[in-house]
Amino acid sequence: MTVAGSIGILVIIAVILALGIPLGGYLYRVFSGTGSRLDAVYRPLERLVYRAVGVDASVEMSWKAYLRTLMLVNFVMMVFAYLVFRLQGRLPLNPDHVPAMPWALAFNTAASFITNTNWQNYSGEQSLSYLSQMIAITYLQFTSAATGVVAAIAFLRSISAKRSDSLGNFWVDFIKIHTRLLIPLAVVFALVLVGYGVPQTLQGHQVAHTLSGAVQVISRGPVASLEAIKQLGTNGGGYFNANSAHPFEDPSAWTTVLEMIAMGLIPCALVWTFGRFIGNRKQAAVLYVFLTAVLVVGAFVIYANETRGNPILAHALGIHGVNMEGKEVRFGPALSSAFAAITTAFTTGAVNSMHDSLMPMGGFIPMLFMMFNLVFGGDGAGLLNILMFLIITVFLSGLMVGRTPEIFGKKIEAREIKLATVAMLVHPFIILAPTAITLTTQLGKSMLLNPGLHGLSEVLYAYTSGAANNGSAFAGLSGNNVFFNLTEGLVMLFGRYISIIAMFAIAGSLAKKASIPASSGTLRTDTFAFGGVFVAVFVIVGALTFFPALAIGPIGEQLQMWASLGH
Amino acid sequence: MAKNSNTLTPDILRRAVWESFTKLDPRVMVRNPVMFVVEIGFVITLLLTIDQNLFGGHYSAGQRGYNAIVTVILLVTVLFGNFAEAVAEGRGKAQAESLRRTKTDLYANRKRADGTYEQVPATTLHKGDIVRVEAGEMIPADGEVIEGLGSVDESAITGESAPVIRGAGGDFSSVTGGTKLLSDELVIRITVDPGESFLDKMIGLVEGASRQKTPNELALSVLLAGLTLIFLIVIVTLEPMARYVGKPIDVATLIALLVCLIPTTIGALLSAIGIAGMDRVIRFNVIAKSGKAVEAAGDVNTLILDKTGTITIGNRLASEFVPVGGHGAQEVTEIAAISSLFDETPEGRSVIDLAKQKGIAFAREDYLQAENVEFSADTRMSGLNLPNGTIIRKGAVDAIQQFVADQGGSIPADLGEQTERIAKEGGTPLAVVKGTEIYGLIYLKDIVKPGMRERFEELRRMGIKTVMCTGDNPLTAATIAREAGVDDFIAEAKPQDKIRLIQSEQEQGKLVAMSGDGTNDAPALAQADVGLAMNTGTTSAKEAGNMIDLDSDPTKLIEVVSIGKQLLITRGAITTFSIANDVAKYFAIIPAIFLTMIPSLQSLNIMHLHSPRSAILSALIFNAIIIPLLIPLAMRGVKYRPMGATSMLIRNLLIYGLGGVVAPFVGIKLIDLLLATASHL
Amino acid sequence: MVNFWRSIRFTMIFAILLGLIYPLVITGIGELLFPYQAQGSMVKVRGQVVGSMLIAQPVTNPGLFHPRPSAVNYAANGSGGSNLGPTNPALVKEVRNNLQTVLQQNPGVSPSQVPPDMVESSGSGLDPDISVQDALLQIPRIARATGLSQAYLQGLVRQYEQHPTLGIWGTPMVNVMQLNLVIERRLGKG
Repeated sequence: MTVAGSIGILVIIAVILALGIPLGGYLYRVFSGTGSRLDAVYRPLERLVYRAVGVDASVEMSWKAYLRTLMLVNFVMMVFAYLVFRLQGRLPLNPDHVPAMPWALAFNTAASFITNTNWQNYSGEQSLSYLSQMIAITYLQFTSAATGVVAAIAFLRSISAKRSDSLGNFWVDFIKIHTRLLIPLAVVFALVLVGYGVPQTLQGHQVAHTLSGAVQVISRGPVASLEAIKQLGTNGGGYFNANSAHPFEDPSAWTTVLEMIAMGLIPCALVWTFGRFIGNRKQAAVLYVFLTAVLVVGAFVIYANETRGNPILAHALGIHGVNMEGKEVRFGPALSSAFAAITTAFTTGAVNSMHDSLMPMGGFIPMLFMMFNLVFGGDGAGLLNILMFLIITVFLSGLMVGRTPEIFGKKIEAREIKLATVAMLVHPFIILAPTAITLTTQLGKSMLLNPGLHGLSEVLYAYTSGAANNGSAFAGLSGNNVFFNLTEGLVMLFGRYISIIAMFAIAGSLAKKASIPASSGTLRTDTFAFGGVFVAVFVIVGALTFFPALAIGPIGEQLQMWASLGH
Repeated sequence: MAKNSNTLTPDILRRAVWESFTKLDPRVMVRNPVMFVVEIGFVITLLLTIDQNLFGGHYSAGQRGYNAIVTVILLVTVLFGNFAEAVAEGRGKAQAESLRRTKTDLYANRKRADGTYEQVPATTLHKGDIVRVEAGEMIPADGEVIEGLGSVDESAITGESAPVIRGAGGDFSSVTGGTKLLSDELVIRITVDPGESFLDKMIGLVEGASRQKTPNELALSVLLAGLTLIFLIVIVTLEPMARYVGKPIDVATLIALLVCLIPTTIGALLSAIGIAGMDRVIRFNVIAKSGKAVEAAGDVNTLILDKTGTITIGNRLASEFVPVGGHGAQEVTEIAAISSLFDETPEGRSVIDLAKQKGIAFAREDYLQAENVEFSADTRMSGLNLPNGTIIRKGAVDAIQQFVADQGGSIPADLGEQTERIAKEGGTPLAVVKGTEIYGLIYLKDIVKPGMRERFEELRRMGIKTVMCTGDNPLTAATIAREAGVDDFIAEAKPQDKIRLIQSEQEQGKLVAMSGDGTNDAPALAQADVGLAMNTGTTSAKEAGNMIDLDSDPTKLIEVVSIGKQLLITRGAITTFSIANDVAKYFAIIPAIFLTMIPSLQSLNIMHLHSPRSAILSALIFNAIIIPLLIPLAMRGVKYRPMGATSMLIRNLLIYGLGGVVAPFVGIKLIDLLLATASHL
Repeated sequence: MVNFWRSIRFTMIFAILLGLIYPLVITGIGELLFPYQAQGSMVKVRGQVVGSMLIAQPVTNPGLFHPRPSAVNYAANGSGGSNLGPTNPALVKEVRNNLQTVLQQNPGVSPSQVPPDMVESSGSGLDPDISVQDALLQIPRIARATGLSQAYLQGLVRQYEQHPTLGIWGTPMVNVMQLNLVIERRLGKG
């Protein structure tokens, strides 16, 4: 670890936090109906879109109507993407003549992108046409992020609502997320990326005659437009197999810093938006502080482990220094570590180094962050998870101070706890059950690249990544078979929608409740004491659930490694 | 109800031990999912003790002994849980039994249609029957006195030995079955059907028969069931993972790990905490009609209290004699004292007392020939007619003014001024007149009960707003409110004002508690989230409230609030403790399980436990033993101190959260040392 | 049902807007403003594309700088890393092979001098950069093969060394293609 490297990591995180505040305020103004200066520009434009889609913007939806519409449009888009993948061989914009995807892989990929996961059981440069990259992948990278954000916004409305049934209009929110947030940001960011060297072209691959006289086929395409929304939308699915480690996706230290900022921007902003919605900026500040602390600790655990390097190589071959296996020189250990932490904290899933080759405790942190799934978390989904754990924390600490728990003035009763428990339960279930099944089958075991405990980590990481809708991988796992395509596809769908459904049901019942004014007997949730309890609850519940698996995964591997070297 | 019931008699304990076994019935256990899982685990390990290879595998003979030990510990764990519940219920049962004894063998003299009386068993009485009760007899059922006046010993229900007066008409006409008439004769109209009497309800309540889970308990049960399910998944999936890394885990160990991880401590004690909470309320001589009411009391935001009898001692006392119209202080004191000579009301007595303090000497005997004029609502004054024809009166100022004017007397110029001054200061002025001349005023003052200020201060710290209700005028009300330190008041309150206040508070999402006794309080008692009815009150008030105070002390509301909070805190504290325990158990068991496969996991064995098996057994034994150790805490409740929510959170977290992490490290290590020593011997 | 049709209309309209118009607009503006970058930073020598500045290519010539080891053999249409875990014996084997190659090609270099990036595979398999230490160790070999002086080559490395952005982001490094183009030009081939 170097001082410069450490400062570098801290500065990135500080910039994300700083940018989140104004953006969070902007989102609040857009969705609370407070009005913003840009209304005059956007209103006529949006009215046009409403008319085209056939939306009546004045309709208010109950939680059920809102949720039903959200699910329906997600379903239709997923079918659309599936069809594009199946038919890409016969569709235009396919200069490299990529054939159609097999059905199981097409299902997995459609599920992966509709859920904001972006797990890739294919390698982009070989399995997707330009059309697929654009009209299926890039498209869903917008809409899946938008789905997460509107779900979070709808929930925030329920907290600030007073005995009301309405959560707003799904279509209006969904379209506004695109017009007012994602499209403008993506356009700007994509052009910046092109300027820094990310290709954006519809010409086919380039055949190069190398300096050594060989022939090299260089894949390229409309990369920058995808790359921009891939990060802003906490999607993570890259254009190329190597994702952001590929020099075309992330050509320099500067671009990787920008990409990290892009990943963190919206999730951070939403935490601030949350504070604005409940009229309590201190609440957002407390969450900022504690989540950032977790993020920073995680980033530095990775950084420390990666810079210390691989003791086995040092011992066997005398290679000392940073673990550079799977890393790129232009990023070095600091930016690779920061990226690994940020991509899993914000559950994006882009990688600028190969996580499978991280040191055991270096790979442990990304896994842990995905198991938490709320260290800011992905666009919208992260905030929903934060709120879910806040409800559980409020319940436990409410009991500790002798009051029926209430959050933001709304009473937490059996119904809310039941739903939050369901949302909480899903996560370990869809991670551990398929991991266990995979490890008992011959087929499952044949998917592993690495032996021993690291092999277990590969499977555990895969389903954790799917459940958390992250998409990064211990990529040694070769999962392109029907069994894995289906199980991982289902894990991604369950991981996404069950918690969204549960949270909407909670939103529905919170919206109906009267808001109780705070008194000195009210347990304040915007204090540092409460923030500490919140972290303790999600760490203990998260860690307790996964501790046995982690003990025979990365923790065991780390201990074995030390033991083999006589520590 | 016996007040000395807070000790556990050997009888209760003996019965609790027996019930620990009868409660093993799966049909009973299934209501508590956490402990039901433990029971299923017990059955499985029992089968594995009989045949250690039941689920495959080739285990050595040593496995059977280990399975047997695990089986025993699991059984003990379940029994401990059942015992906790049985002990909590036991106390109520003992009380119920003594109540039931009161109830049986009661006979009643029922009026026949022809007006004669017949003797029938009390259990056959129905609503509307008329019965006659004579001195020395028990009142056969709940009812309304329609004739007569008598003193009743209600100690069987209230524990209060001083008899109370019951009579026809008014707010003191309701009598309770099972109480004893000491004097006179009463004719009573029965107001309940068999099985619905107050006594029946009380028996049901203390027995826990009608106990339903409170909303909060329900929410916690859901969370605990969820956690249990999560750990079930963890354990079930751990087996194939362990098999993959080459170290299959035997079923008994998996079950041991599962039982250690699921929240058995709180699962075992949850219902005991609830029952004990109700029990604590009962020991305060308050009957809560449901656990929900107790819990709601812990949540109350606003407390509505009547001024008279609750905040102030029921009666106003004379505090000053104010002369008017140029009369001397001596004169007015004397006249006031004479006017009150035969006034037996507390107000009257206080006038005499004050006069004596002022050094006025007089003898009651001097006035024995005088004619006593009682207070009446019509004249609103009382006093004496002396044998010489002199009329002495005291009474409401306007009534006296009228009286003097009628007789042609004049009104002193400074009377109005002084009257206003007293009213402004929160007092009640009474004018005294001799003949046609007004001598002065008696300043009657409301006396705030000692300690009330501190209690309201305490409530404020809990975040509870207090509102005083009084029929006084706003000026008087404001003064007393200030003196007592309540947050708000309603003056000249009519019953519907109370309801309106409750509704407007509830509209804002607040919970409201109030106490009341009169029939006109009934709607407000029903509307309030916590309605504490006085046992001396009317039947309709008692039916409308969800708690009944047998001592009829309205200030009990404050204690009930504390008990409600305590109930919640106890639940929260033990839940936190239970979950925090898991950290240490993991550190004991995980290294033990995988030690042979991954020797380096030994470094996670930070407790340096003796051997893998002793580690697992120690954790399991700790898990079982902690249940009975916490029974006293569950029964007594966590100590509640009024303080800000955040500081209380920190305090309780340090004790039960941090304590929950540390305690098992120590406990498991100790048990492990014992086991290691025992195995050496 | 209304919402079903709306969903289909939305899907179609936004697929066109976000899936076609957006990337095409970026392509148009990108080609206009940054034609070189938008095409993939291709390097032409005498009119012929010899590779991309950003993509490592296999170099066998001892007279040129060699890029980092690639798990995919520099396949620019199939990027990827080795994905070998840190405790996998195959990792030791792979690094041992790479080390042997380095030691063979660069006689006089001892294992303890070798920086990890020189023998450990990159994440993309196409890492265009090498650490300065890596470059310096290759200089004696290149000097022998080309006849260029070591001092010249060292100067070259210093000249083209890229420093961390703002002093905090990245590591000191050199771009292999950049150095090799200079060498080729110097030798009259470029």
